[in-house]
Amino acid sequence: MSTIQTSGTEEVHPDVLLVERAKQGDVQAFEKLVRQYDRQVFRIAQHITQNREDAEDVVQDAFLKAYEKLDQFQGNSKFYTWLVRIAVNESLMRLRKRRTGRMVSIDEDVETEDGSMPRDLADWSPDPEAQYSQSEMAEILKKTIQGLPQGFRVVFVLRDVEGLSTEETAESLGLSIPAVKSRLLRARLQLRERLAKYFRKNGKNGGGK
Amino acid sequence: MTCTEFLAQLDELIDDEVTVSLRADLEEHLRECEHCEITLHTTRKTIEIYKSHEIYELPEDVRTRLEQAIMAKCRKC
Repeated sequence: MSTIQTSGTEEVHPDVLLVERAKQGDVQAFEKLVRQYDRQVFRIAQHITQNREDAEDVVQDAFLKAYEKLDQFQGNSKFYTWLVRIAVNESLMRLRKRRTGRMVSIDEDVETEDGSMPRDLADWSPDPEAQYSQSEMAEILKKTIQGLPQGFRVVFVLRDVEGLSTEETAESLGLSIPAVKSRLLRARLQLRERLAKYFRKNGKNGGGK
Repeated sequence: MTCTEFLAQLDELIDDEVTVSLRADLEEHLRECEHCEITLHTTRKTIEIYKSHEIYELPEDVRTRLEQAIMAKCRKC
């Protein structure tokens, strides 16, 4: 049996053990990793490509690529962060194909809108979600986040929705930490601004209706 | 503290990454500035709402199909 070398008392992430087993040809170990992360990969891919079929293809391609490249996974980052990086690249490649070869990068559109100062300063109703049905909410949230420049959207999704740290987000996207921070702030503020029109007190759809 | 200075620290405040003394300054600004109080509260709410609603769900049948396709190819690798 193989052993995993660790330095001192440092705990080994369970993914590292699965990766080691998969590297030695244990397909079931890799299957566990697939089941663990396929939903997240799908969500991230859908946010980038904004296309369901593409997102499904990305899930397949990203895991296959990860499997082929397992030997290159060094274990100095988390398996999940490494996988997200592959998924982001695969998603951008899909976009590129759809846009007939035009280069698509994570930096695209980032400078088009500033939005770093809040303009809508009305408070929201105490329970904004109560005004809408589940499906209406889903529509509002999709429409709102789709309107963000891609470079902001991806940072928000990785940091705030999928729960990666600033460092992991930077690593997954190949961005610097200050770039991630400045995009996150603008993404959060722009989303807030756009949601305000649905959720504010006494707004068009708000109030006691 | 001005509103611009407050906003520059907004993310750190939300993510709870501020020092005790900076937090005290930020809170002092919040007591005097309703606009920043609303911005903080509604930005937190924005994150919370996106976190709690899964807007792109992978249906179980599609998920199974994808997993089977992936594993079939891996076995051939």
